Amino acid sequence: MLWETVQLAQREIRRNVLRSSLTILGIVIGVAAVIALVTLGRGATLQVTEQIASLGSNLLQVRPGQGFHGPGGASASADPFRSEDAEALSREIPGIRAVAPVTSRSTQAIYGNLNWSTSVTGSTNDYLTARDWPLQSGRSFSDSELRAGSAVCLLGATVKKELFGNMDPLGASIRLEKLSCQVVGVLQAKGQSSFGSDQDDFILIPLRTMQRRIAGNNDVSSIFISARDRATIDKTKEDINKLLRERRHITAGQEDNFNVRDMQEIMATLTGTTKILTTLLGAVAAVSLLVGGIGIMNIMLVSVTERTREIGIRLAIGALGSEVLLQFLVEAVVLSTFGGVVGIILGLSGAALAARALAMPFVLSPQIVVVAFLFSAAVGVIFGYFPARQAARLDPIEALRHE
Amino acid sequence: MNESAATITKPTPLLIELRGVTKIYGSGAAAMSALRGIDLHIDQGDFVAIMGPSGSGKSTCMNILGCLDTPTDGDFFFEGVEVGRMNRDKRALLRRHYLGFVFQGYNLLNRTSALENVELPLIYRGVPRAARRARAQAALAAVGLAGWENHTPGELSGGQQQRVAIARAIVTEPRVLLADEPTGNLDTARSREVMELITTFNREHDLTVLMVTHEPEMAAYAKRQVHFLDGLIVPGPNQGGDA
Repeated sequence: MLWETVQLAQREIRRNVLRSSLTILGIVIGVAAVIALVTLGRGATLQVTEQIASLGSNLLQVRPGQGFHGPGGASASADPFRSEDAEALSREIPGIRAVAPVTSRSTQAIYGNLNWSTSVTGSTNDYLTARDWPLQSGRSFSDSELRAGSAVCLLGATVKKELFGNMDPLGASIRLEKLSCQVVGVLQAKGQSSFGSDQDDFILIPLRTMQRRIAGNNDVSSIFISARDRATIDKTKEDINKLLRERRHITAGQEDNFNVRDMQEIMATLTGTTKILTTLLGAVAAVSLLVGGIGIMNIMLVSVTERTREIGIRLAIGALGSEVLLQFLVEAVVLSTFGGVVGIILGLSGAALAARALAMPFVLSPQIVVVAFLFSAAVGVIFGYFPARQAARLDPIEALRHE
Repeated sequence: MNESAATITKPTPLLIELRGVTKIYGSGAAAMSALRGIDLHIDQGDFVAIMGPSGSGKSTCMNILGCLDTPTDGDFFFEGVEVGRMNRDKRALLRRHYLGFVFQGYNLLNRTSALENVELPLIYRGVPRAARRARAQAALAAVGLAGWENHTPGELSGGQQQRVAIARAIVTEPRVLLADEPTGNLDTARSREVMELITTFNREHDLTVLMVTHEPEMAAYAKRQVHFLDGLIVPGPNQGGDA
């Protein structure tokens, strides 16, 4: 009986294709909008999550200066760190996996007649540990190289590509300003950072080499720290703070002249923002579903009026009010779910196109497709019920007299 | 449906009984009495022509007999069961299982083939598709419309449409056929065809027929006539009262 009713509904809907299409347009647009926005939102969230992972696990960054992005930015007066600060941190704080003192600057890398503008970072092997950055080929620095400040370097994937193309750079010498250094290893590609910069446009040399041969001082501009455990990261931050205050002779009541940034926390905030935006846009789209539902109700009411005589015939030959109600309800639900299916298809294709255009990942979420489908069916039930009840309550005698 | 009832010819058991049935529309000062105390007995296999001028109450009575309306007062027994006070759904089931309707305006579903129109009551009875199709085809053949199954009402003449309506009414093998001016929209030749068809079902299948008509020529096909005037059954103008 139900299947008969569905078939009957389909036939009624096909009888007036133009009207049916216009009726479901609201639902189509609503569902398509919800699907597209949520799918894109998920893609954006995934992108941010991947970027968090590419930063390194439980990464903390310590910089001189008050707060970051505070008034006036990092204050120039704050003293830089020393290598000893990093050594003290790794020696005295239990919750730390790796500590990497870092000094960076932008520079020209020259190989043969090729010239590439990049950034060179002086640090230790711990830098690679902190950022979960494996080697693709070659080796990392040896202890003696680190101690002696030897002229050796590791290349990021972009620098390797720009200077060497498909050639093997291992053992070759490149020139950084006045320093000629030997390539001992190549890093794996890491991709873009969340701020849009190319993380692979990067050369790593021993910190001591950086300080003596390029920077000409013993400063450490920041310290990268990998905490051992996410759960105790707040405690670790506190310990770092305490130790550094001590080492930098900051008395109680005085403000820090350095700051500890939790990179994942920053990323989590970004993800949160993305989620809130997705939710808001989804809510706006849901309103259009509501409008679509009202459209269905309107047309179903017109349809009941137009088909009063038919309803009268059905009632006269013995249809129950509930059967007439079901017939019109099924018609509304078939209309709205059809709109939902069309909307899902349009929404997913739209999201796929937009994801490609914005170079974002396309995340097909089966839940949201199911939810959208059920939601459109629910719209049919809710907004179809009133007109269907009107039909079911008709008096057969009156209905048969209707012209 | 009821094979034993269909084969009995000699005894004529009481099928329908109206006792003191009244119908009042509206209330208070605007109240209008459509039926003012009707007593009526109809036996199984009877063929009754219900006649009377407009506003005489014959349509109201027909609606009550067809379980489309309920009496304000009085009793309506169908096969000994009081049905006049049944609720809407029970009356719908009664129509579904025991009654067939033919209307003046045919009342077929437009844009729907003759066959599907005839199948319609069987759908509500839950008859499976194949059986439904076969029975609807047989009913159409019985009204002389074999070969017209796929035509829609718009493609059929008035007489043909009314025959489709009769097929729809008898496809469920009802106990009673209620025909409300079945020839009102037809010319004389078509009217006679329709009346002969109804008479055939009455005689050959022991189908009880209640028919409202204005035309004495059509009423003459019935076994007896009942005349309405001002909400009461009265003796007919050209014969003794037999109700």
